[in-house]
Amino acid sequence: MNILWLQSAGCGGCTMSLLCAEDPNVFALLDGAGLKFLWHPSLSEATGAPVRRMLEAIEAGEQALDILCIEGSIVRGPGGTGKFHMLSGTGRSMLDWVQSLAPKAEHVVAVGTCATYGGVTSAGENPADAVGVQYDGSLPGGALPAEFTSRSGLPVINVAGCPTHPDWVTETLMLIAAGEMHAGALDGLARPRFYADNLVHHACPKNEFYEYKASATHLSEMGCMMEHLGCIGTQAVGDCNIRGWNGEGSCTRAGYPCINCTAPEFEEPGHGFTETPKFAGIPVGLPSDMPKAWFMALASLSKAATPNRIARNAVADRIEVPPSLKKTKT
Amino acid sequence: MSETRLVVGPFNRVEGDLEIRLDVAGGEVTAAYANSPLFRGFERMMLGKGPMDALTITPRICGICSISQSVAAALALAEASGAEMPPSGARTAALLHAVENLADHVTHFNLFFMPDFAREGYASRAWHARAAQRFTAMKGSALHAATEARARLFHIVGMLGGKWPHTLAVQPGGVTRAPSMRDKLRIGASLKAFRVYLEGTLFGAPLEEFAELGSVEALEGWSTGDVALFLEIARDLRLVTSGRSAARYLSFGAYPGPDGRVFAPGVWAGGAAGAFDPAAIREDLSHAWMLGEAAHPTTGQTVPDAAMAEPGYSWCKAPRLGGETFETGALARQVIDGHPLALALAPEASVRARIVGRLLEIARTQIELERLLAAIDPAESFMAPFTLPKDGEGAGLVEAARGSLGHWLRIEGGKIAHYQIIAPTTWNFSPRDAAGVPGPVEAALVGAEVRDGEDTPLSVQHIVRSFDPCMVCTVH
Repeated sequence: MNILWLQSAGCGGCTMSLLCAEDPNVFALLDGAGLKFLWHPSLSEATGAPVRRMLEAIEAGEQALDILCIEGSIVRGPGGTGKFHMLSGTGRSMLDWVQSLAPKAEHVVAVGTCATYGGVTSAGENPADAVGVQYDGSLPGGALPAEFTSRSGLPVINVAGCPTHPDWVTETLMLIAAGEMHAGALDGLARPRFYADNLVHHACPKNEFYEYKASATHLSEMGCMMEHLGCIGTQAVGDCNIRGWNGEGSCTRAGYPCINCTAPEFEEPGHGFTETPKFAGIPVGLPSDMPKAWFMALASLSKAATPNRIARNAVADRIEVPPSLKKTKT
Repeated sequence: MSETRLVVGPFNRVEGDLEIRLDVAGGEVTAAYANSPLFRGFERMMLGKGPMDALTITPRICGICSISQSVAAALALAEASGAEMPPSGARTAALLHAVENLADHVTHFNLFFMPDFAREGYASRAWHARAAQRFTAMKGSALHAATEARARLFHIVGMLGGKWPHTLAVQPGGVTRAPSMRDKLRIGASLKAFRVYLEGTLFGAPLEEFAELGSVEALEGWSTGDVALFLEIARDLRLVTSGRSAARYLSFGAYPGPDGRVFAPGVWAGGAAGAFDPAAIREDLSHAWMLGEAAHPTTGQTVPDAAMAEPGYSWCKAPRLGGETFETGALARQVIDGHPLALALAPEASVRARIVGRLLEIARTQIELERLLAAIDPAESFMAPFTLPKDGEGAGLVEAARGSLGHWLRIEGGKIAHYQIIAPTTWNFSPRDAAGVPGPVEAALVGAEVRDGEDTPLSVQHIVRSFDPCMVCTVH
């Protein structure tokens, strides 16, 4: 299958992350799955006139397009013209190109939270009037209407993440190539369920601290970051702590909170990214699927039961108290 | 030959969107106009936000210089609050930053710059078959090796920074993860593996030998690795005389730490080194689609002109230092740091000089990374407490892979009241200023060869890519 990749109003970081794919490298991986780039703005040889001719051929129906990947949000400003982002060399806005090319594609994949829901490009006063390809924040309908389906009959596939994990992108593309991408493979926000059915909380190394609500009070401390430091890994979808980033990494493993970057509107949490909003001293956000009364009861009980080891390590930047060794019979 | 006008775009294998307009006569470029066609408005997004939010938002200006943006924001907040990183915290932040810059240089050479020489247009050249085998876009053996080595190098950022790009690990008071001795040894192993890649593939010899080159003659005698292939191509295609800029260089100085900056700050112009005065910066708006007057970034505004009125032709502002254009990047950094090979190449200011400046910095950065790691003491603290003021201001001046990057912010009533950013490619790809003086790449393109029938001239592509532009940073 062929892939046309367009970079719209984003940072290019999802492509940079994609290049971090390993075992095998991204080129060998896609090649092995029968996936070939018709054109990619960071990787292909062709520049300028040949690219314009290729885009026109797709538009005219002379060149078949299997997968259209769009990285970056789509800007509509100023005044609905889309002129804050003209696709260079073409005299046309990216908004216009996306609306024209998407119906020609068998599948449309939005790569990254800018492309899926608007993301950071739509933060603050949203100076460029940015939206996602098929969502405006959490509302269906973006650069393409809510009812849009590509030729396959599927809506835009939303590989959300800021940036996306390289495997989220390659595995989505491999599922498409294998004919295994169908409506049931996507969650309620059109994210692939193979990663979106997990929470960032799953396999978080701070889970023992979480169990006792033994909390870090400052960044660099080892404790759970939910109570004071804005971590929403118990609500955020993603298998970040299961598969790891760039080898062994993840946000929480590196000592800073999950900011829910796979979700619509994560860019405007309504409070500082590293602060937890509280009501009467209690964090406002609850773990997914957790009844509030039970959470309160369990939290107060577990806090009271926190072992010394966990309480001390929670506010240290390294393990100060190791686990006790079991006494063995002599 | 008659006069014609060419528009080159979409201009790929640069980071982000770029359109170059060329006036052509007599088989060469007579004038060039660089257009950054994407406006997002990060400086406006920051207004009214909590100051610490800059650490989450501004790295997302750029997916390739993300840590550079992160460090610039952290240093600006540190200056505003008086925060100071503990020595090992500062060294760890520098290590993270230098890993990104090193990876960017290797990505540029292998994935962005060299694939142009594998083009069919060069099939008659003696070196073409070797260039095609090594550097054909997405397929060449050098690209595969570089991509794998780069991905493994980024394990260092995975461990210390959680992920790349867009880490939140660098803070005004230090870094969020205190590495253990085990972590330090693993990082050392990753660095060693990268050295093996560089010496086996890119340089074909010990890095120290390249870093010790002291003259153009010595450089031209280099005979190993992909570096030798590039030098052979550069001789054949006269990249020594193409893409010449005004040879005025700027560096803010790279990697601040307890022992000062690893690569020195300064300027180099008219054949002489000088001091860098941040107060002499002005951003000219005469040919940008921006409203307002030329100003220093402590007072400048970002007000896009929705009418996109002439004579504007780009969303990029035109920064000037003391009224003059400056080139920034790896070559500039190495010239200003006083490296003898870079100083020998400084007047050349060509495509070759820029690429060699980057190769030299690859070798030196790997060596400096090993020194930084050795000086990190896992027993120390990596984060110091600090308190943000209700009102204050600060600047964060760093060196991204592509050159000098500055953040200027002001806090009023606990919120961001002012935020201005000048990125490396804002300097290099600036449009004309009020005096009509073109930006560095616009000037470097004048005289570029345009062969009969070329609608996307190859010489223009080499010159533009030799600057390694990052267009998403340029306008932000």
